[in-house]
Amino acid sequence: MTDIALNRVPHRRSIAFAQEGLGALAIVALGAVGWFLFPDDLAFLTRLIGLAFLVLSLDLVTGYCGIATLGHAALFGAAAYAAGIACVRGITDPLALLGIGIVAGALVGLISGALIARFRGLPQLVLSIAVGQLVAALANKLQWLTGGSDGLSGIAPGKVFGIFNFDMYSRTAFLFSLAILVVVFVALSRLVRSPFGLMCRGIKDDDLRARMIGVAVYPRLVVMYGVSGAVAGVGGALTAMSTGVVGLDSVSFERSAEVLVMLVLGGAGHLWGALAGALIFQIFEHIVAAANPFHWMTLVGLLLIGIVVFAPKGLIEPVLTLAHRLRKGRAS
Amino acid sequence: MRLALSIATDALAYGMVLFIISIGLSIMMGLMRVVNLAHGAFAMVGGYLASYAIRDLHVHYSVAILLAVLGTIIVSIPFELLLYRRIYRKSDPLIQVLMTIGITFFIIGVVNFIFGPSLKTIPLPALLSGPLDIGFRSVPTHRLFVIACGVVTALSLWWLIEKTEFGIKLRASVDHSGMADALGIRTEIIYAATFALAIGLGAFGGVVGAEILPIEPFYALRYMVTFLVVVSVGGAGSIMGALSASLLLGLADTTGKYLAPEFGEFFFYLTVIVIVFLFPHGLFGRAHA
Repeated sequence: MTDIALNRVPHRRSIAFAQEGLGALAIVALGAVGWFLFPDDLAFLTRLIGLAFLVLSLDLVTGYCGIATLGHAALFGAAAYAAGIACVRGITDPLALLGIGIVAGALVGLISGALIARFRGLPQLVLSIAVGQLVAALANKLQWLTGGSDGLSGIAPGKVFGIFNFDMYSRTAFLFSLAILVVVFVALSRLVRSPFGLMCRGIKDDDLRARMIGVAVYPRLVVMYGVSGAVAGVGGALTAMSTGVVGLDSVSFERSAEVLVMLVLGGAGHLWGALAGALIFQIFEHIVAAANPFHWMTLVGLLLIGIVVFAPKGLIEPVLTLAHRLRKGRAS
Repeated sequence: MRLALSIATDALAYGMVLFIISIGLSIMMGLMRVVNLAHGAFAMVGGYLASYAIRDLHVHYSVAILLAVLGTIIVSIPFELLLYRRIYRKSDPLIQVLMTIGITFFIIGVVNFIFGPSLKTIPLPALLSGPLDIGFRSVPTHRLFVIACGVVTALSLWWLIEKTEFGIKLRASVDHSGMADALGIRTEIIYAATFALAIGLGAFGGVVGAEILPIEPFYALRYMVTFLVVVSVGGAGSIMGALSASLLLGLADTTGKYLAPEFGEFFFYLTVIVIVFLFPHGLFGRAHA
């Protein structure tokens, strides 16, 4: 906490957009690499971006607030189902569907946050799992609404801005997702450096001390959970639109565990860590799991154990240390 | 009446299987404070070993149980030495969750690589298969066997923890490991012994419960949540807690499946949320400092 207090207090009431601008450019550059080098894999890359939203959203609660959750797919899945159902029932404008996803995700986020953020440690973990499983059970059993175990299919969104059609090569879906990722990433970079975001970090580092200086801890965590739900909702709605189906896998426990692995692989507590984790994990999964799913599980297991033992702060940490050292070297 | 009796036998047997497997996890979480999500993976290893012993080595069911328990403990020793020791009594649950999920994935991958990805049956001996007439009705003998196993496990654990010197040392380490250390109790040996006991119980439960929770490639993932929920509802480290939580959740689940099959899981998790919300340390748990 002292580290943050000394080094990261914003000097002015507003911060320049330079850092966010660089981040946005970097994402666009990465997207361009995907667009030009792998034009046949755009559908996969679109799915990757959809899940990247969920990892970012998990980072907000786990990385920035210190809430250990194994039920985060509930927010993603609820939004995906909400957008999918709305689309099947006649609302086809992609932006409207995105809005529906955001609202649904935020609502589920606020509700589960209100339950989960009350506790710490084991009760918190178990509550998060139970909330996730509850949503999964509902999605499975409300067959008339969600399609149950067959999944919800026939989602055919209309044209983006009335011009760009969702084509079978996922070109529109990819660009649309990438554009929204840039917007969300910039917004989140601002959020985590705002006084609110910094206070959430403070709560994560030492919630007792935060309480002692008069911070209302619980409401902040619930609000952050709501924001996280909205971000997960973006991902859910985009995935529903781009793939055209919503299955039970989008609310499953495995999905929740998987995104936690991605987050920790990249580095919790950094937005770039979340993105890097999502990117690296899914590309590897795409290659290895296609060959043999059990080898993939062994590999992920070894990878996780390796991260916890050797690099508990994720892959982003060495990069950050290097950048820090370079900056220091230049200053001296 | 007939339906009520079926529900009662099934719920009791299911609850006992949950108890035998989860009590190991509960003791581990009470003493070492490790949220061991890989507990189900060790139960699965036990099931695979027993299945292999009976079907390929043609040994008797009782020998297979013994082999499975000992084999699983031997398999678990390197994990304890290299990995679990690092996370005993660490306060951050995230690290524990990640490491034990990693161990689970690793075990699933390796076990299925060795034994093949298919459902493994553990054939019952003639004595245990078939129904048993208990006067006014006949019930499956295996169900009664499982219930008996659960009762014996609960009683012998109670005796071990309350009446033996090991139990005294164990309880001392749970209450205050630093103080126990200072008084000359070798806590790392207590930890290792408790780990072996917990894994052994998990493997035992996995084998005798194979009729109710079938041994399949994703067993460890499928029941991971269930075992954790039992411990959390009952309260970590409490035999009474684990027993009552297992029976309660077994009853809730089985009744739900009989009476309202379309919403069984929903009510199960709703019950869990309510209980954990009202009793964050479980029904019989204590708050740890």
